[in-house]
Amino acid sequence: MGNLSTVGHLTWLHLLQSVLPVVLGTLISIPIARFAAGRRARGAGGRRGAGRVRRGVVVNAAALLYTVPSLALFVLLPLILGTSITSLTNVIVALTLYVVAMMVRSCVDAFESVSPEVLDAGTAMGYRPLRAFFGIELPLSVPVMAAGLRVALVSNISMVSVGAVIGIQSLGTLFTDGLRRDLMAEIVVGILATVVLALVLDRLVTWSAAALTRWQVRA
Amino acid sequence: MFTRITRRGMLSAGALAAASTLVLTGCGGGEDALDEGGDDRSIVVGSADFTESQIIAAVYAEALNDADISAETRPAIGAREAYVGAVKDGSVSVVPDYSGNLLQYYDEVTAPLTEDEVMEYLPQNLPEEVEVLDASPAENKDALVVTRDTADEHELTSIEDLAAFCSEMTLGAPPEFQERSYGLPGLKSNYGCEPAEFSPINDAGGPLTVQALLDDTVQVADIFTTTPAIKQNDLVVLEDPENNFLPQHVLPLANKDALSQDARDVLNKVSAELTTDDLIALNDRVSGDEKASPEQAAKDWVADHDFS
Amino acid sequence: MNVLEQTWKWFADPASWTGAGGIWSRLVEHLGYSGLVLLIAAVIALPVGVLVGHRRSGGNVVVGVAGALRALPTLGLLTLFALWIGLGLTAPVLALVLLAIAPLLTGAYAGVSAVDPVVVDAARAQGLTEWQILTRVELPVAVPVIFGGIRNATLQVIATVTIMAYIDLGGLGRFLIDGLAVRDYSRMVASMILAAALALVLDAVLAGAQKLLSSPGLSKED
Repeated sequence: MGNLSTVGHLTWLHLLQSVLPVVLGTLISIPIARFAAGRRARGAGGRRGAGRVRRGVVVNAAALLYTVPSLALFVLLPLILGTSITSLTNVIVALTLYVVAMMVRSCVDAFESVSPEVLDAGTAMGYRPLRAFFGIELPLSVPVMAAGLRVALVSNISMVSVGAVIGIQSLGTLFTDGLRRDLMAEIVVGILATVVLALVLDRLVTWSAAALTRWQVRA
Repeated sequence: MFTRITRRGMLSAGALAAASTLVLTGCGGGEDALDEGGDDRSIVVGSADFTESQIIAAVYAEALNDADISAETRPAIGAREAYVGAVKDGSVSVVPDYSGNLLQYYDEVTAPLTEDEVMEYLPQNLPEEVEVLDASPAENKDALVVTRDTADEHELTSIEDLAAFCSEMTLGAPPEFQERSYGLPGLKSNYGCEPAEFSPINDAGGPLTVQALLDDTVQVADIFTTTPAIKQNDLVVLEDPENNFLPQHVLPLANKDALSQDARDVLNKVSAELTTDDLIALNDRVSGDEKASPEQAAKDWVADHDFS
Repeated sequence: MNVLEQTWKWFADPASWTGAGGIWSRLVEHLGYSGLVLLIAAVIALPVGVLVGHRRSGGNVVVGVAGALRALPTLGLLTLFALWIGLGLTAPVLALVLLAIAPLLTGAYAGVSAVDPVVVDAARAQGLTEWQILTRVELPVAVPVIFGGIRNATLQVIATVTIMAYIDLGGLGRFLIDGLAVRDYSRMVASMILAAALALVLDAVLAGAQKLLSSPGLSKED
């Protein structure tokens, strides 16, 4: 019983540290990516010079951020945020940055996957820019975005457990505790719980994406 | 010295961490924890992030409950920075701690000290929001341990005997042993013992350390005296005549406003009755083959004593 | 004095750099472990990925295996193997090899299978053997994607080798774990600055290597 509630509590902490960053990171990435993708409607055929540079800078900056090891961010962020080193906030902010690093690229690709002709058609039908974005461009870019989201989510879930090395609680705590108590079963439970969590959330993203894109023709 | 500033920073940060954990978990009875006074219904027993601390915390909570004082545990808050911060700000009422390490935390101890000296200096060095209750005879401290074979071969009973052989040995210990005053520096200054090599093993004298000792990867290891594996593997704990290792008696560290006199009495009674052998037995139940939960082990120990 | 100043002092102290536990030797250890892990993982993953890509079937299995491996928490494997096998190099290397296989495998598979079938058929029509098709057509075209996988794996391994110090090994993680053990935050910060710098430098080197290795005919691609 005691064990079960411990695993439950740690799973909750783990979820918080992995899901919250995915949500926040995606919300941050969408406007950045939209900005980087540039103006594409009204038959803007080839990308003009300035747009290409803008896209390159944003995508490369995101890739550079991704190079920094996660554990490094967990340790360095308290310096900037003034938080305690064992605070969940560090993990949440660090992983949000990672999600942004991954998702900006995916979202740029996603926006570019929407055909400019469709956007032009929207304009012709009298859609104003904001409505065209939420009504046409965003829904149409969901499939490509969801693919990126799945990768971000699964990598996040395994990265969270590394925080246990410096005392941040998550399912990773079962690994460090199991090691000290010579309790392989505890470690195995931790691994299984992490994998199950990843699988379940991955399914969830797939289903939500499918539900949001019922317009897609399925094989 | 710079360490003080870092500590203060980490302390307040630790409190923040504890508070944010509280907010984030949003359950487990934490709702009273921020605004408690001397109210018994809100006793929160915290613990550090290692097993024995969780067991003793469970014993405290169980004994208080046994005396009809409602108490609950908040296990594995973290390292001392984190749980001391939580006790200071009152989000945790009491945590089990160890006399020597607690003193060491507030005051850089360099000279070897006896238990009486530790208990004399400790209250003077605590921040004003916290206090320690009676220390228990139960003790769990660092000790140098060798296999029976090594002990027989070199006729070792104390670290003094070991000194002559140190230069041929690899010592396995947690990473901090390299720098702490009781670690390599203390062994050198108190006994003239300088091991040939140091192997940092990060399991707090747990299974990997014991295994390394048994398969001769290391010849001497720093293992806590209440580790059941010492008895199980017939390991020899070397005596420490120079008091290189600080005495480490178990004692409750409490927020001054968090406990009623009744609650203090119960915890003092627990301290009086808890012995080192009890600690070994409790550890064995939780970390040995039985893998009992800390709560169950604590419940059984409390059932054998009378706190009501 | 704040943490950054202390960190700076630590870096400025020549004693931090030299000797058995100095930065240079930890750096060499870190690179050594990473190289060993990547070598073993590459020997396993690259041929499998390339062959499956060449046969153009079994791709689902590769993607599934890679996904499952990605979900496995490395710290969990490390502690599990350490209890199983004991101290030493075997347990952490095994855990990290499992981590590195996923990006290498998917990179090799995706790179080769993405080669235009028309090009492959044209080569076949010209009488090239399967081996020649693989080495002269598919692999050169697949280099950028395969290399992307290698870069990805390298970054992940460099980042994760830090946790080998959690057991008893060296590498840059030693400063992190030792610093944590004595509450020396500035040393932890220094360790992570080094790890981040190493990752950035290595990624730049690999990006350069990728450019040199890729056929100029492919470089127009984004």
